[in-house]
Amino acid sequence: MKIHEYQGKQILREYGVPTPRGFPAMSVDEAVDAAKKLGGKVWVVKAQIHAGGRGKGGGVKVAKSIDEVRTLSRKILGMNLVTHQTGPHGQKVRRLLIEEGADIKKELYVGMVVDRGTQQVVLMASSEGGMDIEEVAAKTPQKIKKVFIDPAQGLSDDDADEIALSIGIPESAVAQGRTVFKALYKAFDATDASLAEINPLILTGDGRVVALDAKLNFDDNALFRHPEEVAMRDLDEEDPLEIEASKYDLNYISLDGDIACMVNGAGLAMATMDTIKLYGGAPANFLDVGGGATAEKVTAAFKIMLKNPKVKAILVNIFGGIMKCDTIATGVVAAAREVKLSIPLVVRMKGTNEDLGKKILKDSGLPIISADNMAQAAQKVVAAVKKKAAKPASKPKPKARKAKPAKKKAKKSKRGKKKK
Amino acid sequence: MSILIDKNTRVMTQGITGKTGMFHTQTSRAYANGKACFVAGVNPKKAGEDFEGIPIYGTVADAKKATGANVSVIYVPPPFAAAAIEEAVDADLDLVICITEGIPVRDMIRTKHRMKGKRTLLVGPNCPGVITPDEIKIGIMPGHIHKKGPVGVVSRSGTLTYEAVGQLTELGLGQSTCVGIGGDPVNGLKHIDVLKMFNDDPKTEAVIMVGEIGGNDEENAARWVKQNMRKPVVGFIAGVTAPPGKRMGHAGAIISGGKGTAQEKLAVMEECGIKTTRNPAEMGRTLKSVLR
Repeated sequence: MKIHEYQGKQILREYGVPTPRGFPAMSVDEAVDAAKKLGGKVWVVKAQIHAGGRGKGGGVKVAKSIDEVRTLSRKILGMNLVTHQTGPHGQKVRRLLIEEGADIKKELYVGMVVDRGTQQVVLMASSEGGMDIEEVAAKTPQKIKKVFIDPAQGLSDDDADEIALSIGIPESAVAQGRTVFKALYKAFDATDASLAEINPLILTGDGRVVALDAKLNFDDNALFRHPEEVAMRDLDEEDPLEIEASKYDLNYISLDGDIACMVNGAGLAMATMDTIKLYGGAPANFLDVGGGATAEKVTAAFKIMLKNPKVKAILVNIFGGIMKCDTIATGVVAAAREVKLSIPLVVRMKGTNEDLGKKILKDSGLPIISADNMAQAAQKVVAAVKKKAAKPASKPKPKARKAKPAKKKAKKSKRGKKKK
Repeated sequence: MSILIDKNTRVMTQGITGKTGMFHTQTSRAYANGKACFVAGVNPKKAGEDFEGIPIYGTVADAKKATGANVSVIYVPPPFAAAAIEEAVDADLDLVICITEGIPVRDMIRTKHRMKGKRTLLVGPNCPGVITPDEIKIGIMPGHIHKKGPVGVVSRSGTLTYEAVGQLTELGLGQSTCVGIGGDPVNGLKHIDVLKMFNDDPKTEAVIMVGEIGGNDEENAARWVKQNMRKPVVGFIAGVTAPPGKRMGHAGAIISGGKGTAQEKLAVMEECGIKTTRNPAEMGRTLKSVLR
């Protein structure tokens, strides 16, 4: 789960990471009030969306007067912010963070993630803050310093100091760096974070170490013990279809193609998407119905997939192990009837009670296209989409089709004549 | 022979009284030698009771002492599952298979840390389990799609493993042992560990390795294969079409920082002499093509 920068900073402050003073604002008036409350001469107006790259996209601006705070807030609130992480469609800005300006002398980077290789949390830090850290990692990996954190001991003072010095924090500020790194790990651990990032972590003109940004993601599996994190969820930032799916315990992710797919199991769902692509189609979504799909769940899944206006056909791929094919077939038929399905539906079922499932689909009288394996299913659904796309352009097709057999006959007879 | 488990394995179920634990203990018991293999259950509140004749003990240690069970399978709910693994490790079992999906990563980091220096092996969490066809099934996979034979199967995903097994069986190729290592980022045995075991198993003649996006476990395994494996290995990686930054169901299935893409994994595997396929419908046939 993702949260906003202002929420992340609030958490980091609680653990002892220094940040600029600031207040969130949902309206222009609130933004102006926030600036007045902060006082001073320079303010930063920051768009709050769940994607990075906000500065480059025009979502972070410096104001030198209260009037300017007003003008900039008006401009940024409600704007459609496009960054490399939002995709071309962008994300609407609904919240702002108004902060006191900072005197930046140097921009650094610090982040934490779970490292799969060592199965520990890794702290990564760099002297190259403020920019795209993935680019730094790709081009100059030696500029990223790493320390793996022992879960029983936590981050040691020695490791923290070494990292601070290695990324260019001056001797006089190393103690501050240590505080920030240790606090960041404490916050990471206590909140069950999956990612924590401060980019940039700055050195100010007067020698302080301050977190100018904060990004925290939480482990979805641990949300059950963090009601305070669940309360921070901002549904405006999430795909409505993904929210709807999560209500039914379905794992759904919107994609750009036009073939909806419903599969049981994450690996098989990805493999199904790959197969569609392999045969020239494009998946409209990832959807894992999980191991215990009921007829109700299948119906909900159909409704969610069909809410995507791009969808031109549906592929259902089920490997019934514990889940029986007849149960799925019953669900599919009920769902197709309930939503009055008008686009091609290809179903591939395999495993327990396979024949029974196929019979239920056949006896339903619905125009369901059956497939025996994954490759065939993908080919059939791709063909169905292409056929559908071709239809409006060539209406007098039935006539042409009738004419064809006659031609073939003619050819045959010709050949026959030659042979004779 | 086989790896990890066989008909002589004696199993206890941790979380035997929950809905999932009961159901899968029943189906596992009904498979091959299951009746003799599943000898104990664990639930601290129900010690002294039984589940369909399987005695329930209060702790893993008690169950081991009373029945000689050396392997445990865990169906305990996510908030308590990591502690259940640790209990089994502390009781010095040979193997723990954790089926539970949704364990917080932080819990698994601590559990894995405490497991350092202990001899107990862990498969999972968030996995379908392990099966040695015609001998024993420990987990949630459908037993009937398997067939005894020479192919080792190791995979990060559940139903995709069944898909691979189903294809093999249809081609008449049986399996020595099938191991689902699970889709979580912090877990027990990795591809490389299972490949080492298959390499040493005289009954395994070839291995199919099924991976997915995220991390670099498949790459590590592939490099080991290049140096050490004496048997042909084929591979498939799910998620060629997965966009970066989106978590595809499994907690570990995510392309982050441009790392862990399917293309990258497939390229390394091929470099290391593993025959790969881009088409998941061809996993079985790809394996057949490398059999001597």
